[in-house]
Formats: sequence, structure tokens, C-alpha cells
Amino acid sequence: MKRLLVFFILATALAGHTAIAGNLGPEIPKATGKPHPEGNLWMRINHPKMLLHDRNLTMRQGDRDIEFSLKGCVSCHAVKGADGQPVGYDDPKYFCRVCHDYAAVKVDCFMCHNSKPEEKTQAFLSPRKAPDSNELAAYLNKTGKETGQ
Amino acid sequence: MKLPALKFSKKPSEMDRRDFLRAGAALATITLAPGVTLMAFGGSEAKANADPAKRWGLLIDVNKCVKDCTACVSACSQENGWRLPVNKETDAQWIRKVTLTDNDTGREEYLVTMCQHCEEPPCVDVCPTGASFKRVDGIVLVDKHICIGCRYCMMACPYKARSFVHENIVDEQKTWAPRGKGTVESCTMCVHRVDTGRIPACVEACNATGHGAIIFGDLKDPESEISKALAKYPSTALRDDLGLNPGVRYSNL
Repeated sequence: MKRLLVFFILATALAGHTAIAGNLGPEIPKATGKPHPEGNLWMRINHPKMLLHDRNLTMRQGDRDIEFSLKGCVSCHAVKGADGQPVGYDDPKYFCRVCHDYAAVKVDCFMCHNSKPEEKTQAFLSPRKAPDSNELAAYLNKTGKETGQ
Repeated sequence: MKLPALKFSKKPSEMDRRDFLRAGAALATITLAPGVTLMAFGGSEAKANADPAKRWGLLIDVNKCVKDCTACVSACSQENGWRLPVNKETDAQWIRKVTLTDNDTGREEYLVTMCQHCEEPPCVDVCPTGASFKRVDGIVLVDKHICIGCRYCMMACPYKARSFVHENIVDEQKTWAPRGKGTVESCTMCVHRVDTGRIPACVEACNATGHGAIIFGDLKDPESEISKALAKYPSTALRDDLGLNPGVRYSNL
């Protein structure tokens, strides 16, 4: 309930912010794709519920054709960085963070989910190199200094 | 355990013309056909691919599994976005190749083990949050949204099938296989593929090498390739004595 209230206040602030000179609310990045038929205000208030509901449909019942998937959000709302590549959740310009930082509501979706659109997930697959003995020695040396041992 | 479609009712003051007409139409339907219950949710009803009439399983032919071939392991790693382990004690491993040596004769056998997708999964029994669960079609999964990382399931599993994610993973995951620090994970029988009518990545890779050591299919369908093979040739489950009835079976072991 408290969370809803926060969203409501935020949404009201956003709705009013054009009328007030200057930017009181966050700068919301434009998304690609068709706008939500439900309207932005409705999505701002209800998106956590939709995600929560539809994730269980996929997880428990195997519905792979759901309307409100995190993948769907990310693909349209991705924000491009200076290099033209989509930024990840660690960047403050990231779509979710723009509002969530402003409202101080923590998002933990991206602790497990990829925050970048799908085709950008390929690079990591090259096998990781095992650290050689020199690297290990340097690391141990460094941590030893830090802990004073 | 079917979730109802989520509906948000608008306040009457927020109803626009379209909503008003829609409500009127719904009312008309009810009065025209009394005693008839309509269960449709305007096309938003869940398309559940987990079918209780099915039970997915694998049959691994140990005779056909070849030394030095790890096609299935690499395929799983590629498909689900986990790295082949460097630090064997802590890195996640969903599927592993095992060599069995007969101490008396020196004869070696090779096979792969992964989550055995038990009918009576001990990991599900012990999970304190309900995160470890079995889908209606027999696939055993971890709901990482509610997994607290206690690792009780890892201890309960007699097959050492589950791994704990010890390190942060940032934007490396596949969209169909979320993975995160502090949760437990294991073979999902490529549930995202199965739901869209495809076969698991390991089976596909094994077939591509020409070995064809793994058969995937519906154990409840007597006409499926796997059921026919199980009916024709002897097979066994790992630790059959535990009575867990795994969905993964082995022949020529």
C-alpha cells in the first residue's frame, strides 16, 4: 500500500511537472515501439503488479507468450549510452533507475535478469581464463597488504 | 494451480465511454443467457504449456556416450549462459560428464548426470520457501524469485545436481535463463525450449555429433520414442533404491 502511495505521488508529480516551470520530476527517456494502450499513468502505477503476476505464469505454468514480461520492457525501453550501445542497470540513466532512484524504491530484478536487450548478451560466452600463478601471487600480495598480514 | 487473469477494476468516475459500453455488453450477455457461465477473459487467458498429461524425461544410453566428447555439456553452458567451471568447488555446473571405472577389470564407462527430475524430489520436500518446485509436467525447477539461498536442496539432492551461485553476475544471463548470486540453480531440462516445442540443448548437441546417446520425450505417451525404447530395452535410474522415480533414466549402465 505504501509503495502504491509512493507511485501515486510520483505519478502526480510527473503529470504536473510540465505545468511547473523547471524539472521537478525525473527526465523519463523515450521508448521505442507502440505506447501502452492502458496509458503511461496506469503503467506507472500497475507495472509491478503486472510483472509479478506474469512472471508466475511463465515460471509455474510455462506460458512463454505473456503480455508483461521483463524482456518486453527492456527491449522497448532500453536507453542508449554515449557509445550507442544499450546501457545496463549499473548506469543511472537506465530506464528503471530514472524513476526508481528518484522515488528511492529499490529494484532487484536485475540481480538475476539481464538488464540489456537480448542480442547484446553474446560477448561473455568466450571461456574464462583460469588465473595463472603470477596473477594469483599478485592478488594475494595485494589482499595481504590491505588486511595488514 | 492455475492463476486467474489479473484484472484491475476502475472506479466508476474513471470509466470512459468505451468501458461503459463494454460493461453494458457484458450485462446483456448475462441476461440473454441465464445459467451459462462464460470463462473467457477477453483473450488474455494464460497459455499454459506445462501440461499435466505429460511427463518429460530423458533416456541416456551409456554405450553410446563416448570418451572425450563433451558436446552436451558445452551446449548446455552456451544455451543457459553458465561458464564451464574453472573453480570446480564453487562454480555452477548444470550437467557433468562422469567416468566410471571398474576397479577389477579397468573397464571405463562414460555418462552425463544432471538434475534427474524426480517424481518425488527431495529438494522440493526440504525447501523452506517453496522455491524448489515440480511443474505439472514433471520438470523440477527453482523459483529464484523466492529462493533464499539456504542450500538445503543441495544437501537433500542425492545426485549433487544443484549449484549455488557464489558470485555476482551482471548482464551475462540469457533472457530465458535468469541467474543470480545467492540462489540455487540446476538443469531445467531446457524448459524454455520444451515450452516452445523444441528439444533440450544437450539432446540436440548429442544428436548433432552423431552419437545420439540421449533421447528426450514424454514418458506418459506410450507412442513416444523414449517410451518405446524404455519398453524394449532394460534401463535403470541412478540410486533406484531411493524410490524417487527420476525422469532421467540410463540404459546399458
